[in-house]
Amino acid sequence: MPDQFYFALEVALNGLLTGIMYALVALGFVLIYKSSEIFNYAQGVMALFAALTLVGLQSGQVPFAELINAIFGTHLSHFGWRLPPLVAIVLTAVVMVLFAILVERLILRHLVGQEPIILFMATIGLAYFLEGFGDLMWGSEIKKLDIGLPQGLSETVESLTDRWFGYGLFIDRLDIAAAAVAGILVTVLTLFSQYTKQGRALRAVADDHQAALSVGISLRFIWVLVWSIAGFIALVAGVMWGAKSGVQFSLSLIALKALPVLMLGGFTSIPGAIVGGLIIGVGEKLFEFWVGPLIGGATENWFAYVLALVFLVFRPQGLFGEKIIERV
Amino acid sequence: MFYREAGDFKTSYREDMQTFPIRLDRRAYWTIVALAFLVAPFVVNDYWTNAVLLPFLVWATAALGLNLLTGYCGQVSLGTGGFMAVGAFAAYKLMTAFPGMNIVFVVLLAGVVTAGVGLLFGLPSLRIKGFYLAVATLAAQFFFVWLFNKVPWFYNYSASGQITAPERTIFGILVTGPSAAPAAKYLFTLTILFGLAWLARNLTRGKTGRSWMAIRDMDIAAEIIGVDPLKAKLSAFAVSSFFVGVAGALFFTVYLGSAEVTEAFGIDKSFLVLFMIIIGGLGSILGSFLGAALLVLLPVFLKNVMVDILHWETYIAAHLELMIVGGLIIFFLIYEPHGLAQLWRLAKEKLRLWPFPY
Repeated sequence: MPDQFYFALEVALNGLLTGIMYALVALGFVLIYKSSEIFNYAQGVMALFAALTLVGLQSGQVPFAELINAIFGTHLSHFGWRLPPLVAIVLTAVVMVLFAILVERLILRHLVGQEPIILFMATIGLAYFLEGFGDLMWGSEIKKLDIGLPQGLSETVESLTDRWFGYGLFIDRLDIAAAAVAGILVTVLTLFSQYTKQGRALRAVADDHQAALSVGISLRFIWVLVWSIAGFIALVAGVMWGAKSGVQFSLSLIALKALPVLMLGGFTSIPGAIVGGLIIGVGEKLFEFWVGPLIGGATENWFAYVLALVFLVFRPQGLFGEKIIERV
Repeated sequence: MFYREAGDFKTSYREDMQTFPIRLDRRAYWTIVALAFLVAPFVVNDYWTNAVLLPFLVWATAALGLNLLTGYCGQVSLGTGGFMAVGAFAAYKLMTAFPGMNIVFVVLLAGVVTAGVGLLFGLPSLRIKGFYLAVATLAAQFFFVWLFNKVPWFYNYSASGQITAPERTIFGILVTGPSAAPAAKYLFTLTILFGLAWLARNLTRGKTGRSWMAIRDMDIAAEIIGVDPLKAKLSAFAVSSFFVGVAGALFFTVYLGSAEVTEAFGIDKSFLVLFMIIIGGLGSILGSFLGAALLVLLPVFLKNVMVDILHWETYIAAHLELMIVGGLIIFFLIYEPHGLAQLWRLAKEKLRLWPFPY
């Protein structure tokens, strides 16, 4: 077969793996949306914040060092220790749980019963706040995230495909690891929501707030739980993207990439998030590969949106979303 | 005591329906207009005109436009930055293609072009709602930034990809280009904004505005009582885009002078305008002005306090600014979802009874 075909195949495979990364971010959105009808714009910034916190804790940075230095004229920067990756990850998860509790206490509690669009805008405000807060806490320079994930070209895949087809496919080992992690995460989440008490409560809340309340499920606890899980997913996504391209502001923009994924898959469906992620990942890579050179390239910036936009006109609830029923 | 309506008799419907029914309000309004037109350009120094007044006017125009769409018609748009870019590039192409055209027509035509584009991107609003639509408008944002970056025709094949506004005059006075006097730029922008605000006010209290508000409050119910959602939504998109396009054209020709699309019209601009109308007040003309004023003044104020007085590094000030803006948004959404405009309304209510509230 011609090289062109293998080349396209390689592009599509890489698109699939990128799509999994998009799906990782989209998962956090879906969880929060299902349980509280809040479209959490801050998910991307949460990923950035989690990654920043992880790097900061690991390298023993002093939080708010720049602000403290500016006020008191000191010269703090590092505590001078390095934490092992696992400890840092656990500590970061704790920070994200604290964050979830604070969000519930300070914001969600006061906005119960508001229109979804008001809540959406509140999360935009939250995103801005958290972005400034994260940068102030840990500094805004680009950081390298190193917790021992595999990097670089996967020789196994290349040599295997070379032997089979006579063409070595170029696949990043990090992408394979990310796919594996995403797979584990989805399995754990599914098991959690199917077989644990909290998971069942979570599904009940997602189904019907009022009914869930009436059988004694604490809505507030569920919200904290959901935001904690979303924080944990943000941490995983932040680690994966951070390892790929460094921990920096652009990390928070992956949230914007997750939005069309959600529109395509439907806001309320976990499988939808994954399938949507894969479609967008492959679609944008192939579009860039075939059409991109004809019209100037860098089409990845908008392709996903336009695809989702066109798609929504024909199916407003997305691929797997629940049918939208409106009553007067 | 001073703010009251006693003795302010109305003898016709016309008088009863006017924008400022209370005499004191009317006088205050005309005083402010007179001050803005006749005093400010000659008193305020160039630094303040360039750093505060001009951006305020431009952003107020954009906020007004978005408020018509989001505040009055209930369609959230995150594509404001992209539509401003359309206005700016339309103005640039018109200015370079027809050098003889008066700048007023250039700006207005740029608005018309943007209105057409807005109409196109408003079409999905007939099928999708709420934040599905908000996300869909992001498509406009990213698509236009990409388009104006990648297609050299739009920036006349300049090597840097920048567009620069040529010099244009009104009555022989320069209003664009680097050597134009800030006072002239200010007056030009103010005149356009004044006209647009007048238009917005009258649109929103007429049939068009009422149909927008009906759609906002509940679109299905509005449809049942005979409001055509197609007409209402598309007209809201068109009018709003017109305003935003004019704002973009002014932003580029008068305020910036030269612009690079990713830098000048990024997604942060979309959010900035959205924040302005949330803080100022959704569905309020006054709110658009108040919100724009606050978000233009706040960074200047914070920079003065933190950098010039406390001598902190600029990036610390920038981070704190993000936190404060984000915090303000949440604060307003929780405690006063109708924004500064509502605070003003409440203050007026209190003032009417002061000093003897019952």
